[in-house]
Amino acid sequence: MAPTSAGRAPLGPVRLLRFDSVQRVAHWVNAALFLTLIVTAIPLYFGSLFGVVMPRFTIEQIHLWVGIALPVPIAVSLVGPWGRRMRRDVRRVSYWTRDEIAWLTSLGRTAIDADKYNPGQKLNTILVAASIPVLLVTGVILKWFSYFPLSWRAGSTFVHDVVAWLIVLDVIGHVVMVVTHRGSWTSMVRGTVSERWAATNSPRWLREESPTTGPPEP
Amino acid sequence: MAHWFDECALRRPRGDGVVGMTTDPLTSQKVPVGRRVFLGAVALGALGVVAGARVQGFVADALGSGLGGLLPGGDRFRIYSITGSYPLVKPSAYRLEVSGLVERPTTFTLADLHAMPRTTMVKSFQCVTGWRVPDVHWEGVRLSHILEAVGVAPGAVAITFESYDRADTESLTLDQAHLPDVIVAYRMLGGPVSVQHGGPVRLYVAPMYGYKSLKWLSAIRVVDAVQPGYWEQNGYPVNGWLDGTTGPTNPDPRLT
Repeated sequence: MAPTSAGRAPLGPVRLLRFDSVQRVAHWVNAALFLTLIVTAIPLYFGSLFGVVMPRFTIEQIHLWVGIALPVPIAVSLVGPWGRRMRRDVRRVSYWTRDEIAWLTSLGRTAIDADKYNPGQKLNTILVAASIPVLLVTGVILKWFSYFPLSWRAGSTFVHDVVAWLIVLDVIGHVVMVVTHRGSWTSMVRGTVSERWAATNSPRWLREESPTTGPPEP
Repeated sequence: MAHWFDECALRRPRGDGVVGMTTDPLTSQKVPVGRRVFLGAVALGALGVVAGARVQGFVADALGSGLGGLLPGGDRFRIYSITGSYPLVKPSAYRLEVSGLVERPTTFTLADLHAMPRTTMVKSFQCVTGWRVPDVHWEGVRLSHILEAVGVAPGAVAITFESYDRADTESLTLDQAHLPDVIVAYRMLGGPVSVQHGGPVRLYVAPMYGYKSLKWLSAIRVVDAVQPGYWEQNGYPVNGWLDGTTGPTNPDPRLT
């Protein structure tokens, strides 16, 4: 990478807003809902564990209503004047450059001018977002099964279980990435990252936020 | 919010000389991967709902009975209980009380049941909510043999079953009770019926959904009218035939 060229200020002590308060609240409420769903799913899935802490019926009711509430934090964070940054990030996650597609298909071996989120993070966001309607609809079929043919109930059980397991693996991976990547935790708690962090992890985003700071375009 | 960006400030004129037209640099010249992957994943989920039962069959065969008992897609029982706990009944203390419109009210011990003619079968367990465990090994006494032993009195029409959990009840018509694949089971899955599965003794009604196969069977009462059981009072069909029909008798020879 070229040294700082003329006209660009060196990286300073300014901190960049990575997640605004709406996004942070949506993230943590969403995380709490997913965690509650996973914890209540354990005794529902492994029958031998039920009744250990509370009756199955109680666990089932918690799982049901928390599940129905699952889309709420993200939906609320997307609408209204407060959702501007969230909507911007949705577009950012959705639209990919050719370089980003190449980076992902080569499993990170090609060069990339990283956006606010790298292609792996973008793909993960899209898949977790897709899991919410899939889990919700299959969950509804399982709860109000009498309106659906038996093969759909069986299919819904299968899909709900498989997607739930993938979510568990994803959450584990998410936590590992947070622990091993300095700055990411702070950005979701306080909302900000340093310019140096942005220059390393998200140079394209840094230029977008502060066009005159940091390394030049590649 | 020092870094709160005004979105409009980012809408710069395109560099290709189209005067007056503004575009979002986040989306211009880019591929809508997100929309495609999102819709693709949701479509895959929908396909799984419609075709998942068949996929699950393949997965179950591939996994076998060991791993299949833990992983999704495998053949696994989901353990339900109405009360939230299991009634623990020692095999030596087990008693099955048969009463009502019978000529010889009798209380059977587990040893009494073992001494009666034994019926074995390999049949699936199909839950009304969708999951299914194929090729379950069942062993016990035909309900018809028990009814024969106690003698059904005139006026008998139906049977009410009671559970050691003091909550679950079930019903069958007398005709249904005489079907050859309706048994009082004391062995399943190659061993004594475990407490989770309703041991020491449970009912197994092969041609109907799993909720008819009452667990922890404690009493059989022969009565003069069908009394809907616990699940029927909660909206399930009284006659839970596997083919979805709800009449008292079923013409399908595969079920009866």
